Amino acid sequence: MKVNYFPGCTLRTKAKDLDFYARECAKILGIELVELPDWQCCGGVFVTSSDEIASKLSCARALVASRDDNRALVSVCSACHNVIKQTNHAIKNDAKFADAVNRYLAQDEEHSDPYFGETEVLHYLELLRDKVGFDKIREAVKNPLTGKKIAAYYGCLLLRPGKVMAFDDVENPQIMEDFIRALGAEPVIYPARNECCGGYIALEDAASAKKKSDTVSHSAANHGADMIVTACPLCKYNLTKNESPLPVVYFTELLALALGVKENDDAE
Amino acid sequence: MQNKKELQKEQILRMSGVNPRKCMRCGKCSGTCPSYDEMEYHPHQFVYMVETGDLEPLMNSDSLYKCLSCFACVDRCPRNVEPAKLIEALRLTVIREKGKNHLKSDDIPALLDDEMPQQAIVSAMRKYSK
Repeated sequence: MKVNYFPGCTLRTKAKDLDFYARECAKILGIELVELPDWQCCGGVFVTSSDEIASKLSCARALVASRDDNRALVSVCSACHNVIKQTNHAIKNDAKFADAVNRYLAQDEEHSDPYFGETEVLHYLELLRDKVGFDKIREAVKNPLTGKKIAAYYGCLLLRPGKVMAFDDVENPQIMEDFIRALGAEPVIYPARNECCGGYIALEDAASAKKKSDTVSHSAANHGADMIVTACPLCKYNLTKNESPLPVVYFTELLALALGVKENDDAE
Repeated sequence: MQNKKELQKEQILRMSGVNPRKCMRCGKCSGTCPSYDEMEYHPHQFVYMVETGDLEPLMNSDSLYKCLSCFACVDRCPRNVEPAKLIEALRLTVIREKGKNHLKSDDIPALLDDEMPQQAIVSAMRKYSK
């Protein structure tokens, strides 16, 4: 199975493990991640205002390229996935916005046909659930993570807005818990698993980010987890920076451990 | 003056796609907001004050920059009012004016540490600056 892959800026720098193990595990699971040759930064957050056009063009270009390649567009970073998916939804459902985007794109030196939201946008976890199947992953596990109690941290970007992301039940998601079970570990359900870590406010107000991050990491710890798993570099930064009582790891690292791609367990 | 105010309200409603009259004042948006404690005006007040055209205090308030765009208020509103989109439209109306950037690129180096991911910088720039 071939899919287009949009790594994103942070996966090239501070979140190399998120990227590296996604690629390595894909090979084992029979998925070919074809990195888009000219991807540009997604911008980190989607600007909801419908008259904001230019900042959404980088995502539009990635979507057009994937439509032309007839492949789904996959990202691992929660933020990239959120921005790409919201951009695609806006193009699909807002004719005025789509028209403006297409007029911009028509000015690119090499441009394609007008785009109306045809590309399937998937997060890597959705790829595992819907295209590979958690049963197949269970079969591929070489080192089951038996006995580990793992708190899935969804945060905001994977889930919301719910009607756009359509990732899972927005208040009671289970995809990451199912993923954890497929690897042989035990998921820990805790109240703050879909609350915000503070996000980009960390840049100008570290104390504010600390309050939000503490709520999440302490909630996970109080419910008996050994570690927290995330798909978002900024969640990982905020939780770790604010001295989470539990180690915070990327879900791709966990997958790599279970599939025998990653040797030593740093989290222990 | 009245005209400018009306025009600005209309523009904010158009940019956000929000109809504040759908709000039934249950306060769930503010109840679920992770930044509630740090805000001078809370999400439900944004909705009410935009409806009544009381925009000036909102546009001059730091509350615009306390919203984390986490969309908790959007998904948990029983009437689908989507307060975060209203806050975003107000914030954009402010920062799109010349010289009104909340975060300046020259300020960023002093705010960084070694682990800060690029994602935080580009997100903050997109939300706080034009």
